[in-house]
Amino acid sequence: MALPTATGAAQCPECFADVTLTKVMQNEITQCPGCGAELEIVSLEPLTLSLAPQEEEDWGE
Amino acid sequence: MSSHPSTQSPRAGGPGRVKVGVLYSRVRVEEKLLFEAFERRGISLDLIDDQKLIFDITDVGNHPFKDYDVIVERCINHSRALYSLKILNDQGVKTVNTALCADICGNKLMTTSALAAAGVPQPKALVAYTAESAIEAIERLGYPAVLKPTVGSWGRLLSKVNDRDAAETILEHKETLGSYHHSIFYIQEYIKKPGRDIRAFQVGAETICAIYRTSPNWITNTARGGSSSNCPVTPEIADICTRAAKACGGGVVALDLFEDPDRGLLVNEVNYTMEFRNSIAPTNVNIPERMVDFCLDVAKNGWNAANGWTDDGPQMASISLADGASA
Repeated sequence: MALPTATGAAQCPECFADVTLTKVMQNEITQCPGCGAELEIVSLEPLTLSLAPQEEEDWGE
Repeated sequence: MSSHPSTQSPRAGGPGRVKVGVLYSRVRVEEKLLFEAFERRGISLDLIDDQKLIFDITDVGNHPFKDYDVIVERCINHSRALYSLKILNDQGVKTVNTALCADICGNKLMTTSALAAAGVPQPKALVAYTAESAIEAIERLGYPAVLKPTVGSWGRLLSKVNDRDAAETILEHKETLGSYHHSIFYIQEYIKKPGRDIRAFQVGAETICAIYRTSPNWITNTARGGSSSNCPVTPEIADICTRAAKACGGGVVALDLFEDPDRGLLVNEVNYTMEFRNSIAPTNVNIPERMVDFCLDVAKNGWNAANGWTDDGPQMASISLADGASA
């Protein structure tokens, strides 16, 4: 059985555009096609977006 | 299936195959490709969200991760990855990569020291602890020199120091504005690259593919806009990558190589939670599939066998201060 995903639309918290999302996962990072903001899927039901967290000093590979 | 509240699993039980967890922070392109590669093998994953994770460090005998055959680390924060791997390894859980690998690769000073001990060619690097001694170290290397934070990635906070005025200014800023580990001055000689460097991908004993990262900027990271193209894996690339990876604890790592006109290949960095989204198409190598192969090999045969080591592998005692803790 596949990992849980969702398909639908959610509002960008930055520019309020509707963002179409296809088979996204919880905590997935995406980008708003309207304003370019980096977003995180914080809920699958209902599909909800928040601004992705700012890069921290020890982030990386 | 783990009963731990921070895990989410798509299935209860499973077909009796290997039990694999992925410790993660966010689902980026790399994580999604990795999840899909596991799914194609018929392996359901438990996703372990490091934002919700609570470890009972003292519970060695009955912790919620004891039944995992392997846990794959994909955290964004070095500090979370390092501490989680340390706890899991001490609890007897096999991980990819190991705490040792994260400790060495997550800190440039540690990486450089490990590579030097193993005789792997690399740019010259000096360490100093005060602004005064750092100036002396920079001038011993000669201008330009490169100042790097010991912990960090994606080309963040790298400084190319072209003259003494710049050196004094940058060092004062780092001492005044940075946290304590910014006063551990890691100073590297500047290598005149031919407008590119090499990112090579090592899986166990094999260098599976490599790309050139080309940029007019001296920082060639693809995260900073460098473009990628296929780089054939020569015997020289495979040899230096295999030796460097072993020196840094083995596993699945991405190595950044410089081509020095006089000395040949030099290892600049070794990355232990590697990003590969820009490297699959130019190399035509399915990197996440190869990562899955390695993880399953570790689950079945153990770390040393998966790395192809006939000896016990590197035996190093960790001294890390884990200075990635940036909060």
